[in-house]
Amino acid sequence: MLKLKLIRRENESTMARLIVPVLSIIMAFGCGWIFLALSGYLPAVVFAKMFNGALGSPYAISETIVKAVPLMVAGLAISLAFRMKLWNIGAEGQIYMGAFAASGMALALGNGSPYVIIPIMMIAAFAAGALWGLVPGLLKAYWQVNETIITLMLNYVAIYWVDYLVFGPWKDPNSMGFPLTPIFSPAAQLPTWGDSRVHLGLLLAGIIAIVFYLVVQYTRWGYEVRVMGESSQAAKYAGMNVAKNIMLVMMVSGGIAGIAGMIEVAGITHRLQQGVSPGYGYTAIIVAWLARLNPFAIIIVAFLFGALLVGGFAVQIVGVSFSITQILQGTVLFFLLAGEIFLRYRLVLAREEAV
Amino acid sequence: MDNTALSALLAATMIAGTPILFAAAGELLAERSGILNLGVEGMMLVGAAFGFICTLSTGNHWLGLLAALAGGGFMASIHGLITITLRGNQVVSGLALTIFGSGLSGFLGKSYQGAPMLFKFESLHVPVLGNIPFLGPVLFRHDPMVYLCILMAAAMWYLLYKTRWGLTIRSVGENPQAADAVGINVGRVRFLCTIVGGMMAGLGGAYISLVYAPTWQENMTAGRGWIAVALVIFALWNPSRAIIGAYLFGGIEALTFRLQTMGIHISSFFLAMFPYIATIVVLVLVTIRRRQDAGAPEALGLAYDREER
Amino acid sequence: MNRFPVIEMKGISKRFPGVIANDNISFRVYPGEIHALLGENGAGKSTLMSILAGLYRPDSGTIKVKGEVIRLHSPRKALEEGIGMIYQHFRLVNNFTVAENIVLGSKHVNWGIKQERIQKETREISHNYGLEINPAVRVNQLSLGEQQRVEILKMLYRGCDILIMDEPTTVLTPGEVKELFQVLRIMSRQGKSIVLITHKLNEVMEIADYVTVLRRGKVVGDDRIENLDEGILTRMMVAREVVYSQAQRDSSPGGVILNVDNLKIQGDRGNIAVHEVSFNLRRGEIMAIAGVAGNGQRELVEALAGLRKAVSGSIEYEGEEIKHYDAKSRIALGINMVPEDRIGMGLVPNLSVIDNSILRSYYKEEFYSGWFLNYNKIRSYTDRIINEYNIVLSDSNHPVNYLSGGNLQKLLLGREIDQKPRVLLASYPIRGLDVAAAEGVYDLLLKERDKGTAILLVLEDLDDIFRIADRVAVMYQGFIRKILDVEKTSIDEIGSIMVGTELAGV
Repeated sequence: MLKLKLIRRENESTMARLIVPVLSIIMAFGCGWIFLALSGYLPAVVFAKMFNGALGSPYAISETIVKAVPLMVAGLAISLAFRMKLWNIGAEGQIYMGAFAASGMALALGNGSPYVIIPIMMIAAFAAGALWGLVPGLLKAYWQVNETIITLMLNYVAIYWVDYLVFGPWKDPNSMGFPLTPIFSPAAQLPTWGDSRVHLGLLLAGIIAIVFYLVVQYTRWGYEVRVMGESSQAAKYAGMNVAKNIMLVMMVSGGIAGIAGMIEVAGITHRLQQGVSPGYGYTAIIVAWLARLNPFAIIIVAFLFGALLVGGFAVQIVGVSFSITQILQGTVLFFLLAGEIFLRYRLVLAREEAV
Repeated sequence: MDNTALSALLAATMIAGTPILFAAAGELLAERSGILNLGVEGMMLVGAAFGFICTLSTGNHWLGLLAALAGGGFMASIHGLITITLRGNQVVSGLALTIFGSGLSGFLGKSYQGAPMLFKFESLHVPVLGNIPFLGPVLFRHDPMVYLCILMAAAMWYLLYKTRWGLTIRSVGENPQAADAVGINVGRVRFLCTIVGGMMAGLGGAYISLVYAPTWQENMTAGRGWIAVALVIFALWNPSRAIIGAYLFGGIEALTFRLQTMGIHISSFFLAMFPYIATIVVLVLVTIRRRQDAGAPEALGLAYDREER
Repeated sequence: MNRFPVIEMKGISKRFPGVIANDNISFRVYPGEIHALLGENGAGKSTLMSILAGLYRPDSGTIKVKGEVIRLHSPRKALEEGIGMIYQHFRLVNNFTVAENIVLGSKHVNWGIKQERIQKETREISHNYGLEINPAVRVNQLSLGEQQRVEILKMLYRGCDILIMDEPTTVLTPGEVKELFQVLRIMSRQGKSIVLITHKLNEVMEIADYVTVLRRGKVVGDDRIENLDEGILTRMMVAREVVYSQAQRDSSPGGVILNVDNLKIQGDRGNIAVHEVSFNLRRGEIMAIAGVAGNGQRELVEALAGLRKAVSGSIEYEGEEIKHYDAKSRIALGINMVPEDRIGMGLVPNLSVIDNSILRSYYKEEFYSGWFLNYNKIRSYTDRIINEYNIVLSDSNHPVNYLSGGNLQKLLLGREIDQKPRVLLASYPIRGLDVAAAEGVYDLLLKERDKGTAILLVLEDLDDIFRIADRVAVMYQGFIRKILDVEKTSIDEIGSIMVGTELAGV
């Protein structure tokens, strides 16, 4: 009898590491194609529209970049925690907290020098996000409390907190009932590139990626993170303090996500409003996973997912729901997860012996 | 608060708790078998969409419920395939399921956005009991789904703690090696529990679109799937506690709608936060105290590979 | 007695990545027989029995149960054939009661489970075999000896007539061992066959009817117990056919560098793994620790290296109390360690050879320029280690798990030795290595000894102790039973101490 067998590999396959993500994207779009066809659309038309909407013109590309920036920053934040096998799925809440703290600073400081106000907003955003990461980090380090649930619950707390502010005390009296704060002073707005909405946040994301890479690859702390993520036994053998680092990593991860929130309010909305992040914190998880936690790959993948978001808006013109982007996102991740088994196992067609 | 308002609030609590209880009971079953499925929100949404569309097009809400069962089960089977058969990461797969479910339901439901549900479940008016003042309207004048849901949660408690199957399911979640050693097919049990769990999440979603709302709106479950996940922890993996928890959460939900009209000025946003903060506090207390029967199934979230050395 | 074998395994082979665990093994068990499967750690005993229990599938070979060729593709199938295995790590659900564990997965139970009923059934079989246990108690409240009883009852409840027990006595007190043997005799009288996986000779002599000895995945001998004695078995089990070359034992030990006094150490499960051991270690000597794995060696070495806290007692290094020093401070003093888990503890699996070469010195100034790790310096350091210790690899940027076992060990040893240790602790440094690689490791250790380093080696193969060590401390159940001068002892003497049957007058 012939049977498919999974044989454990001794080493992770390098080839598979590259092929699996690429193939996942292709197969996800293949599924999307079939799905659209079954739903009575012309997939070629829809995908062409999507491509044009996201990448077909300078304006389209600029919008894609705008959507990619928060994904990049949040993706970097998540990848740091994931490297330590800490399942921080709270980037969404950390973004909201960062946006809240940055907005608070912007509203309190009013007008002034952007060279003072912007850094203060950034520090505040980092601190608020870090606090939102420290809570689960502390609980995990000392009592092994499940960080997944805590980070997730804190998302809702952060979102409702921002809702409370924009519907309540921080609401702009002139907003005609919309849940918005007053607009920030120009000194609290990130400069943009020409007429587009592409703003300084892109540069910031790039800097964070480079710093992230340098820190993880070339500093003592980065070395500790790499060792601890692979084996806590080895970390103990090397004399590292694992509990302290769990807290530190969760803080830094939350802090970076907080900066993503600051970038959104200072760069795009210029005010705090309801739904500051339409799920960037969740999409960023896919981005980080697809990029295999590599900071530069995150930049590229975030761009692709930014394009997917913008393309999703574009296809609404031909009557396709924006939801198609979420279907594609989910499917990419399904194939990626399913494909990962080929990194660790080989599929072998074996003859079952009579035993 | 007068008696009529209180009885209306409690009746609303029963309704609001129902979808959460369906989903939480389903997730509880899956987690008892060792499979963490964070895709409850997605499964509920697909159930809600399937149920709504099928009911509207066939005119039969029982067929709609069947469709919701199928939708939830289908979603859960993707999770099963990835995490059980292919040993993929359960956390990430569950997140993917939520994103995918949100997309799929939004896509299918697009043309129904805002459409009212024309076919309604008749409320049962339980004879005699329904006429009791106060308690009658609170407990005995609901649609059959409300009772079905309690019945299912109670049945699940019986199944888990009083039957051979329950022993099998719990053993697979606690110690798959031990279960395997006495000849239990770990993968099959987990798959079954995951799919049944997904079906129940689908029912929970359908209850929202068919009865509770009753209309279709994109992302109409509004985080109830995540509350259900938290509720499982809150309930310490015990269906009887999940019943209490679901109505507690349902009560908070019902109250947030009514407080404003009652002239009480706690911001509804803080009330909305309450279930999540309560969950965090409970989770921390439970983990720190680690009571004998309070812990999560020991093998929750871990893939099982027999020849792992 | 029925003279047809109830189990007949023929030509069984099984390989795991990197090891041949079973190499063309044939094995037979008769009804009512207590059959000892004897061999050292890693000889392939557990793998062979896991195949019989349906847990692993063999790469080749056939199995006959009661005369019929059967494919044991799952534990369920094995149980249906009446084969039950009790693993070293018990397969019990901790949160279940005794009775629940016993009926788990069995079809004899009604669908609706009534606690009183299953507890009554449990009580009945436990009476029949003299295995007293309270069926209403949760398993996590039982001692290991009691948990073992639950495992046995579980198999009896399923009507198993072939019971495999993997090292059943390691977790038992001497009194419990007696009781267990009593039960096994009752079972054997009722026609049940028992396979005992063990390495303890005294127990084999006491209880077994028949013995099969495995070494390095092969059967090296089998016979009825009447034709055997402990001497024959010891030689079969531990001796190598190769005549070992006597090592250059012209060591000249100096003064005491490490003095351990009444050291008591806790194990992972909160038990006391090492009881008040005392010994000293001198410069320029190699002291071996002999003993069956799991008798406290791991905990002792970890406590000396600062990876595990000692409960009481003292560790003096050059007259200084260092019990409260952490791992980093001990490295700074010159106490280095090569752990037993090469990959996972000693080396980080998916990091490069370069990254791994600084695992225990990454915080030292010499590897930095300012804030940053200076990879030029680290690379040249790695290259030096690779050259000095003859490590063969294609690219030092590759993950460390691409290296062969011998090269992994050389990297690990080289890395520690390069820090100029004054005390070197090494656990099972040649486990799993072929002859040439083992030779290389020994050369390194001897050279280090000649430089005046004090070396503590945990070893499993008694031959090796005679090749390389000056003194040997024999550990048994957390105690150092005896410290012997290697020149004045014999394999038989050490062997009998390490399996707990110190022969009088030897």
